[in-house]
Amino acid sequence: MDTYEFARQIRILALKSVYSAGCGHITSALSCADIIAVLYNEKMDYDPSFPDYPDRDRLVLSKGHACPALYAALALKGFFDVAELDNLRDISGFLEGMPSMVLTPGVDMSSGSLGMGVSSAAGMALAARINKRDYNVYAIVGDGEINEGQIWESFLFAAHNKLDNLCVFIDKNGLQLSGRTDDILNTSPLADKLLSFGAKALEIDGNNISEIQNALSDFDEEKERFTVIIANTLKGKGVSFMEDSPLWHGRVPDENEYIKALDELERR
Amino acid sequence: MKSMLRRIYGNEIVELACENDKVIVLDGDLTTSTKTADFAKKFPERFFNCGIAEQNMVSVAAGLASAGNIVFVSSFAMFLAGRAYDQIRNNVAYTNLNVKFIATHAGISVGQDGATHQCVEDISLMRAIPKMTVIVPSDAEQTRAAVRYAAAHEGPVYIRLGRVSTKDCYSEKSINFALKKSFLRKEGDIATLVYCGPFCELAEQVSDIMANLGLAVRVVDMPFVKPLDEREVLRCAEDTGLLVTLEEHSVLGGFGGAVCECVSGAKLSGRRNGPEVLRIGVPDMFGKSGRPEELMSLYGFTAKNIVLQIISACMPEYVNDISQFLT
Repeated sequence: MDTYEFARQIRILALKSVYSAGCGHITSALSCADIIAVLYNEKMDYDPSFPDYPDRDRLVLSKGHACPALYAALALKGFFDVAELDNLRDISGFLEGMPSMVLTPGVDMSSGSLGMGVSSAAGMALAARINKRDYNVYAIVGDGEINEGQIWESFLFAAHNKLDNLCVFIDKNGLQLSGRTDDILNTSPLADKLLSFGAKALEIDGNNISEIQNALSDFDEEKERFTVIIANTLKGKGVSFMEDSPLWHGRVPDENEYIKALDELERR
Repeated sequence: MKSMLRRIYGNEIVELACENDKVIVLDGDLTTSTKTADFAKKFPERFFNCGIAEQNMVSVAAGLASAGNIVFVSSFAMFLAGRAYDQIRNNVAYTNLNVKFIATHAGISVGQDGATHQCVEDISLMRAIPKMTVIVPSDAEQTRAAVRYAAAHEGPVYIRLGRVSTKDCYSEKSINFALKKSFLRKEGDIATLVYCGPFCELAEQVSDIMANLGLAVRVVDMPFVKPLDEREVLRCAEDTGLLVTLEEHSVLGGFGGAVCECVSGAKLSGRRNGPEVLRIGVPDMFGKSGRPEELMSLYGFTAKNIVLQIISACMPEYVNDISQFLT
């Protein structure tokens, strides 16, 4: 499956799982689906039959509420059965509302309480050096999530320890729960801040597969700094009536909306 | 002999690290206080001073532990249990990772720094978290045993240490925490004084005074607050009726709280009314600046106060006489 098709499948399965759960954060999942698709389809080294394989690359989905996209990618790659996605957030299943590394094969770090993921990813990246292993660690944070002070602590730590095997995506869709990020707690100019914190900062269209691929190649080249990729995305990307709409953070489509959304994604 | 328990911790992790290359230590700019400086010198590649950023430090520890390491995280109790509670709960305990918290400067005996640094809520916060083990050692040997236990145990552990030096009560290599048991210090029948933390000396003074009054108080040292040695708590409740808990922590939700929860609803043969629990600890209030011994006295951690409280609970008619006798 090529990465464009993999991303489309992630979107479809994420939508289906959230609709079947009756709750969840579909638009947050859709905005970072392309990043997750590139990572799992072509970038990361992992083994679904040995999820704890010590030399694997790791992903920390710090914006844990976007997990329907992660679960879809893991299922498509064979960490568990695709049919399990119907049990998202269900008491009988192992796909929690927020990712759990204890319950779900392929999840490298639990998340959900915002702001912690880059720190954990930095710990994993540091462990590669201490334990003499060769792997990369990726993290995805939301642009609302970077309101959290711990994110900036983690950037200081990553720079100080020269974690060149750490790559952080900021899924910059411009929206957070209660409105536009610029209106709630303005973080711009973001690239300047990241540079001043010692990161290699890149800015791309985060819904463009080839731009994501190129940025990841730049990350591979870097031998000193940690990398932060500001990925400009659309929240709800792929479903016209959800895209960039502040109304859809925690909303679940009704039956008509679901049919329309699924149709749009299937015809993409 | 007296020992500084955090110094014992600092020595013990150096020994541990010599035996096990998975041991990593993180500290939040308190290396001279938490006594991790020796480790830092000896194992610079396995030591990281994370700066004054405890939330990041705890989550970094989770990442390191997820890759198979045993991570000791040291800071003051206030800045671990307090500042980084969410990270401890969600990043370390929920994930059941091998992160060991060594919380020093707990309680009011921190002294002159005052209320902002005197954490008296940490036992309560930590014991409420699933999968967390909470140990409050009473002396040097117990501290060594606690550090050893933490390294061998799968999952998070919180070890609570104070700032000031405390008397050595147990002989070298005499303590093994594998069974998570408590230690009977003295037999008695009128009441049981059960404590966690550096109270061997104070408990001894209490039992000596009581013995002079012709009353035998059982004394039990109980370092494991979680999991609690419930069998011993219930045995003492059964044998002596009155349980007197002693801890340098708020009387709300800490060790005394754990003992109350244990005996609540317990059916003890031969007792129509359940056992009585008297909790001695820091009252529901903030601490203040002062010398450690002055503060301990101000907040009621004196043999006289404890004796009078025990007498009020089991033979109130003698309180006045005994109070006069003690002065």
